[in-house]
Amino acid sequence: MNPFSSGTRLRDMIRSIRACKTAAEERAVVRKECAAIRAAISENDQDYRHRNLAKLMFIHMLGYPTHFGQMECLKSIASPGFPEKRIGYLGLMLLLDERQEVLMLVTNSIKQDLNHTNQYIVGLALCALGNICSAEMARDLAPEVERLLQFRDPNIRKKAALCTIRIIRKVPDLAENFINSAASLLKEKHHGVLLTGVQLCTDLCKISSEALEYFRKKCTEGVVKVLKDLANSPYAPEYDIAGITDPFLHIRLLKFLRVLGQGDVDTSDCMNDILAQVATKTESNKNAGNAILYECVATIMSIEDNGGLRVLAINILGRFLSNRDNNIRYVALNMLMRAITVDSQAVQRHRATILECVKDSDASIRKRALELVYLLVNESNVKPLTKELIDYLEVSEPEFRGDLTAKICSIVEKFSPEKIWYIDQMLKVLSEAGNYVKDDVWHALIVVITNASNLHGYAVRSLYRLVQTAGDQEILVRVAVWCIGEYGDMLVNNTGFLDMEEPITVTESDAVDVVETAIKRHSSDLTSRAMCLVALLKLSSRFPSCSVRINNIIVQYKGSLVLELQQRALEFGAIVDKHRNIRSTLVERMPVLDEATYSGRRAGSVPAVVSTSQGAPINLPNGVAKTTSAPLVDLLDLSSDDVPVPSSSGGDFLQDLLGVDLSPSSSQTDTNQAQKRGTDVLLDLLSIGTPPAQSNSSIPDMVSPSQDSKSAINVLEQLSSPSAPAGGVSTPPGSSSMMDLLDGFAPNPSKPENNGPAYPSIVAFESSTLKVTFNFSKQPGNQQTTIIEANFSNKTFDAYTDFIFQAAVPKFLQLHLDPASSNTLPASGNGSISQKLRITNSQHSKKSLVMRIRIGYKLNSKDMSEEGQINNFPHGL
Amino acid sequence: MGIRFILMVNKQGQTRLAQYYEYLTIEERRALEGEIVRKCLARTEQQCSFVEHRNYKIVYRRYASLFFLVGVDNEENELAILEFIHLLVETMDRHFGNVCELDIMFHLEKAHFMLEEMVMNGCIVETSKSNILGPIQLLEKAS
Repeated sequence: MNPFSSGTRLRDMIRSIRACKTAAEERAVVRKECAAIRAAISENDQDYRHRNLAKLMFIHMLGYPTHFGQMECLKSIASPGFPEKRIGYLGLMLLLDERQEVLMLVTNSIKQDLNHTNQYIVGLALCALGNICSAEMARDLAPEVERLLQFRDPNIRKKAALCTIRIIRKVPDLAENFINSAASLLKEKHHGVLLTGVQLCTDLCKISSEALEYFRKKCTEGVVKVLKDLANSPYAPEYDIAGITDPFLHIRLLKFLRVLGQGDVDTSDCMNDILAQVATKTESNKNAGNAILYECVATIMSIEDNGGLRVLAINILGRFLSNRDNNIRYVALNMLMRAITVDSQAVQRHRATILECVKDSDASIRKRALELVYLLVNESNVKPLTKELIDYLEVSEPEFRGDLTAKICSIVEKFSPEKIWYIDQMLKVLSEAGNYVKDDVWHALIVVITNASNLHGYAVRSLYRLVQTAGDQEILVRVAVWCIGEYGDMLVNNTGFLDMEEPITVTESDAVDVVETAIKRHSSDLTSRAMCLVALLKLSSRFPSCSVRINNIIVQYKGSLVLELQQRALEFGAIVDKHRNIRSTLVERMPVLDEATYSGRRAGSVPAVVSTSQGAPINLPNGVAKTTSAPLVDLLDLSSDDVPVPSSSGGDFLQDLLGVDLSPSSSQTDTNQAQKRGTDVLLDLLSIGTPPAQSNSSIPDMVSPSQDSKSAINVLEQLSSPSAPAGGVSTPPGSSSMMDLLDGFAPNPSKPENNGPAYPSIVAFESSTLKVTFNFSKQPGNQQTTIIEANFSNKTFDAYTDFIFQAAVPKFLQLHLDPASSNTLPASGNGSISQKLRITNSQHSKKSLVMRIRIGYKLNSKDMSEEGQINNFPHGL
Repeated sequence: MGIRFILMVNKQGQTRLAQYYEYLTIEERRALEGEIVRKCLARTEQQCSFVEHRNYKIVYRRYASLFFLVGVDNEENELAILEFIHLLVETMDRHFGNVCELDIMFHLEKAHFMLEEMVMNGCIVETSKSNILGPIQLLEKAS
């Protein structure tokens, strides 16, 4: 006897594995056994094949690779003895799966076995086929299986039925062949066959609508009758579980009825009686009975409306909800979610119980209950519900808080009846669980606060109070710091005092204290500190007496190792120190952020339009240090939510701020994509050529896209000069770049002013395919604004479609584009497109106009674009 | 569809029986088993027997030292699966006589045979104990 033969029986191997104390020992034992098995395989040892296979299965279950045993399985299947076949098929199903090519080799064996005389072997083969067959095997063996559906032995029939299910799932085309045989299965007496037959029919209906029609017409009464017999049947010892005959069959039949009745009124009518009978008569003190009731309720909810049945169903659910067994309650909550769409009034009645479930100790139940509560909220019950939820927030577990917070925030946002309540609730949430609140939620809060101008004082005072007590909630601190920065004067002067508030006196230095604590706190992160610096800047203007103290605080960050903070500190320090005269204009009150746009943007349904309150350009002067735009960026969130808050590079600012929809096509389906393309367009425009000699500040920063179908969009005139961060790294150039930005631009070679009132029209741009002319006029009394009429004409022989004109100007100019007359330019100058532009020159008579243009159009469905710079504007414009 | 997998795991987290009705690689299986077992073992008696994991539900029940876990689709009736687990245990009990964990371990292939008679391709095939145990008893007589 070969010493390496697998003489060890399965039992012994298992014992030795169990005796291993460490994982390494186990691996060693397994390796030894595998080696022995491999040796036996290569010797083609017949005797111990089934033992080896059993061992392989055990090893596979433990998680070790066993692919060398696959051929063994095949050989085992091919052997004539029943035990070997059995083990072979078992091994086949465990060790292989349908993706392995080895499976194809088995097809022939299975085919032979399907035709075997011994019915158990046929059963084996069907089983294997049903578990593991692939599409090709299914196609090959489908006729055999069909024949077996009518075999005399019920065991074979039931296995054949399940095998069919797999076949039609793999190859849906074959479904039609099986409809008739499946229908005949429904008339069986044997429960096993019935069970699988019903399953087969259910699946057929799901896969093929033809089958669904057939079953609806022919089989509904039959099925109802079967269910009735089953429900009324006397005690049958074989299938009895907890006093009910074959609950599994009950449930299967109910599922089938659901599929049949969904969407079809007549069929639903047939089922009403039996459903009512099952719903009322089934005992619900045992799990089996409850399972049937659950399925029954699910069916009633899905089929066509019948008032009485629905009431019955909801009552059952109500009973479930008050059951002490957690399982039942969970199941009831699940079902109620579906019931809400059907009949929400009834569900509202159970609101109190559901609220109790939110506080349950079981995590699964809590989750379900919370979702259900979320669906139940409407305008009338939002206040008490929110109060309950927020109370619970204080005592809830940390894992649950994230979910709970998110849900509370969305409830409050959607249903808040008035702003003050909204602000109150949000502040409570922030003070309890601020760290779980997502960014866009607190951005929205700030937007709401700015919009509620009468509540500014109230908001800032509440925040001040809260931050004294709950100062460790990061997000709360951020919101508080922002508000204090903006509305600090209201805080100190107690403006906008509402009746219900308690009086509070806050001095200027108290306010600065709060911000100072926040910025010094060890746990504050970068965004918070940055926001604190901005707030300090604003306060230094609003509270001039604290200016020195604020400056001292800021000075401490001038040497910070974090680029962001250092930069801000330097720039703000410079403003506070040297530029007092412009400081107040710099930090004027922020304009009201447009709520509708903002919330629409967040819902993703609004195109990338940014408009200020009246569409007039924002009054923020040019040359504001770019970092004040950071809160602006956050709040306005022009780019999509997944663009991260920019931290240090100016280029990011540029992208974020100007993520306006610059896309030439008028589709607004995907604002994200459009924005990204838009920023590319912008960056391209900027990267054309080097910045002109005027200095780093004259990089064009404003683009007014024109869209055919929409009116012209006015873009924020916000500066972001990419060259500033390069300057900000080393300290002295930082302040000098500030100087450059603020003190104006490099001296312009003075151009002789052309005093002629009439300005000649110019050919702005000409290429081989296109010609653009500008005609100028000025409005009387407004020297700084020029109205340009641009005419585009086509020099080729093909017409252009989707014609778009875009322009960029340096920051001392403001550009406004009206819609074009059309977006199709006929060929050969047979027509032209005209478009009005309005330019306002803030450096009128000091600098002349310059513009960069880009023209995009489609020529024979090919996208083309042309770019150029226009320098030949007449002087004095 | 229906049932995705059936696992029997002891209290230390060792898998005693694993039957999958959908394809997963070995690493995926191990990872899956580890995650689920940790979740179920950590739950107390009071909590309900249904756990949600990724896109399916796990229905579990503890019998002495062995946990029976069944992973099902979201649409499946959980209470029915709970009944099914009980049926499985009763069937094994009838066959082995006072079944315990060691019985399953040492007669793994018989446990598999039984399971195969009951569940095929993720659907429950047979629920009558005599029908299930018939072929298995025949096999024992033959060998």
